[in-house]
Amino acid sequence: MDENMNRGVTVQQAAAGPSRQVAAGPSRQAIDMADLAEVEDARLRQKTGKSYSQGQLVLRRFRNHQAAMVSAVFLVLIFILAFSSIGWAGIPGWWDKSYLTSSSVVDGGAPTLSLVPQWLGGEGIRWGEHPFGQDNTGKDYFALVMRGTQQSLIIALVVGLVSTVIGATIGAIAGYFRGWVDSLLMRLTDLIIVIPLLVLAAVLGRMTASLNAGIIPLALVLGLVTWTSLARLVRGEVLSLREKEFVAAAVAMGAHPARVIGRHLLPNTVGVIVVNATFAIASAILLETSLSFLGFGVRAPESSLGLLISEYQNAFTTRPWLFWWPGMLILAIALSVNFLGDGLRDAFDPRQGARTARRRRRFGTFGISGREKALDAATAGTTATATDGPAESPRDDETPFTGPADPLGPGR
Amino acid sequence: MLTFILRRFGSSFLVLLGASVLLYVLTINSGDPLADLRESNAENREYLMQQRSDFMNLGMPWYQRYWTWLTGVGKCFIGQCDLGTNRQGQQVVDLLGLAAASTLRLVLLSTVLAMVFGIIIGILTAIRQYSGMDYAVTFLTFLFFSLPVFWAAVLLKEYLAIGFNDWIADPGFTWPAAIVMGLLLGLVLQAVLAGSAKRRLFTFLGAFVFTVLAIPYLDWLNFARYPQLGPLVIALVGAAVAVGATVLGAGLRNRRVLYAGLVTAALGVVSYYATYTLLWDPNWLILLVLAAVLVVVAVAVGRLMGGYSKGAATIVSLTTAVIMGLLIITEHVFRSWPGYLQIVGRPIATIGSQTPNFSGTFWEDFLDKGTQLMLPTILLALVSVATYSRYTRASMLEVSQQDYIRTARAKGLGERQVILKHAFRNSLIPITTIMAFDFAALIGGAVITEQVFGWKGMGDLFRVGLMNVDPAPVMAFFLVTGTAAVLFNLLADILYAILDPRIRV
Repeated sequence: MDENMNRGVTVQQAAAGPSRQVAAGPSRQAIDMADLAEVEDARLRQKTGKSYSQGQLVLRRFRNHQAAMVSAVFLVLIFILAFSSIGWAGIPGWWDKSYLTSSSVVDGGAPTLSLVPQWLGGEGIRWGEHPFGQDNTGKDYFALVMRGTQQSLIIALVVGLVSTVIGATIGAIAGYFRGWVDSLLMRLTDLIIVIPLLVLAAVLGRMTASLNAGIIPLALVLGLVTWTSLARLVRGEVLSLREKEFVAAAVAMGAHPARVIGRHLLPNTVGVIVVNATFAIASAILLETSLSFLGFGVRAPESSLGLLISEYQNAFTTRPWLFWWPGMLILAIALSVNFLGDGLRDAFDPRQGARTARRRRRFGTFGISGREKALDAATAGTTATATDGPAESPRDDETPFTGPADPLGPGR
Repeated sequence: MLTFILRRFGSSFLVLLGASVLLYVLTINSGDPLADLRESNAENREYLMQQRSDFMNLGMPWYQRYWTWLTGVGKCFIGQCDLGTNRQGQQVVDLLGLAAASTLRLVLLSTVLAMVFGIIIGILTAIRQYSGMDYAVTFLTFLFFSLPVFWAAVLLKEYLAIGFNDWIADPGFTWPAAIVMGLLLGLVLQAVLAGSAKRRLFTFLGAFVFTVLAIPYLDWLNFARYPQLGPLVIALVGAAVAVGATVLGAGLRNRRVLYAGLVTAALGVVSYYATYTLLWDPNWLILLVLAAVLVVVAVAVGRLMGGYSKGAATIVSLTTAVIMGLLIITEHVFRSWPGYLQIVGRPIATIGSQTPNFSGTFWEDFLDKGTQLMLPTILLALVSVATYSRYTRASMLEVSQQDYIRTARAKGLGERQVILKHAFRNSLIPITTIMAFDFAALIGGAVITEQVFGWKGMGDLFRVGLMNVDPAPVMAFFLVTGTAAVLFNLLADILYAILDPRIRV
């Protein structure tokens, strides 16, 4: 406790010192001392008198990322809505209509959802019989869209899991053993990369469609083709980590390679893995909807957001609701997942985004948290030049694409 | 370096071979190629099945089919490509040629536009990091990353194409529309130009007043149906470009560069008159020759007038010349616009790559192809602009942290030189890699975009091939994209080594 206090004070002194030099650009020492994560951690320690583990610090930074938190809440809400409304795997939900049963078309299938209250001249806030309207055959569109959302979310979870497990394993093994194992695994990765993602996914998606086993095979298959970028990233990390002393120590003590990888190497790459998994999920959701749109993914009578858009793209002028709902939901889910990934990236490596420090500074200008001004002045030097850094840097070892969107991917 | 290239070639070749086996096996097992015939009631059903089976070599085991395909590809090395036949018996080589031409037309323009705009936006957001504009652009980038292309395409069709077509029938702005546009333009401009609060306010007011006055004036001219630039506007814009390029490229104090740019602009106005009849109804050859002349003249002016700053003068006068050329072309396109409207009526098409049975002058044909290209180009460019601006921004920020940037500032260089000469040029190094990849992806086309807009390109070749469980078109698609990916990957590595001596092997 005492020691922590002392350390906090030292950091503050050191940080306050160079703040005078900021105008002329921070000195080397200032950059070292004002390394954002460290200053922030020290400040936290000083304020609360407690020590935090790395995980707690990351979690704290993540919670401070507004866009990511809003996205997370939003995603959870969508998740609850989709699964509680029409139920899943035989468990009934609170919505009484099924996405499989047709009924007579009421009022041209117009939606009964109304959000404008009566005193504003609207029809009052009500849910109605068919909130999102009905499709051609009188199926309830709300149930269809909710089913499609479920599919997208399942895809997200399964792809995230499968591609992360495969990518992390292959990357770690290649990076740890090097030599011919590395060459072999990396050539395997190249082999999958050289086939355009959409093409490979479409061929595999068409194969699973004939199985008629629902969404899970498609999700597994999408996971099988999206692990490549993670494998390359993890390999790069492991290649540099395995030269560190703690790995040498573990090996010297006779640890089995599986233990070194699982216990010492992979936990240290968890930042890369989590961030990349999030972006992989976002692109997998878009990939599934694109495949279903092209007719290589989910097929009727099952429902998918991409499939719904593909079926009703020509109904836009006459029945726009058939078109708006699925599209907005895809956009909302993908956007939230992307923001979540951005927040995670900032949380795991604060030097890349430096959003927390930025926000602090802004509040400081409004006089909200004036007492941290000395530290802010010190961090301002590095914040102003902080970078969006390696995770977005185009060239990482041999990996050309590491950002959220893959130019060769499902984007077009 | 040579051994490095050769080794890379060898391993890439093996990877391509392996990937082709994988894709071939997956494709032929992805469904039943005779499914539609099995359910058909045609009398000659058996014959049709037999015929298709012959075209697709269905009688052979998979390895023999693959081997047949591979030997056909191998003949490409002696100049007799044989990529097999599709299930109707058409030679895939011929289909591929048509598809590739159509795809290049579709994707080339949008890729180039995306590169230029993406890099400019990336630099601006990096310079104004954490400003309102930076946040807005970051949000938009995320939005475009998350946008389902097929959905956005339908929105574009509905609002942009159909909306514009309705509007052009009786064009005109109401006062509220003009004011809203003025406000928007003012807001965007003040965010881009930034500066002190006073400067922002003046920028905003200037843009607002200009727009609110200009729009009714253009309406009065009926600009939307009878647009024209006129020599005065061309001369003014040319001079502005010359001055602007000088400001960015050398600084206004460098008179030699400024005069070189202005002389080029003046020559541009002269050539506007000189080529007027020649460009009345030209062909591509004339345009090409004129473009070559333009480049030669611009370079000559730059080198002759530049003196000690030849390089900068050449770049400035070349930029001015290119813009002048584009302005002259725009003038001729504008001249043909009323005639084109009379032929077509609703100019922006939502489907297809050209109006069927269209015939007109060169410029009308040009307009026709251009308006057909517009929607897919906007769509593809939006997605790529997001990628490019993001990468440029990250790269610029990383570079601007380097010691040599601080050194440049410390020795008293102006902000222009620091950003454009020291930071930007170095930040372009990693971006070249992405550019190389993007050009490789170019030829693969845009499967979804082509489907939505009804283009018969590479993506369509693949999609229909896979739909029919027809390996020949699918493999032809893969052959082209895979080879392009491998070649451009190699090119990127070589470029990288040339541009950045630190990583030379």
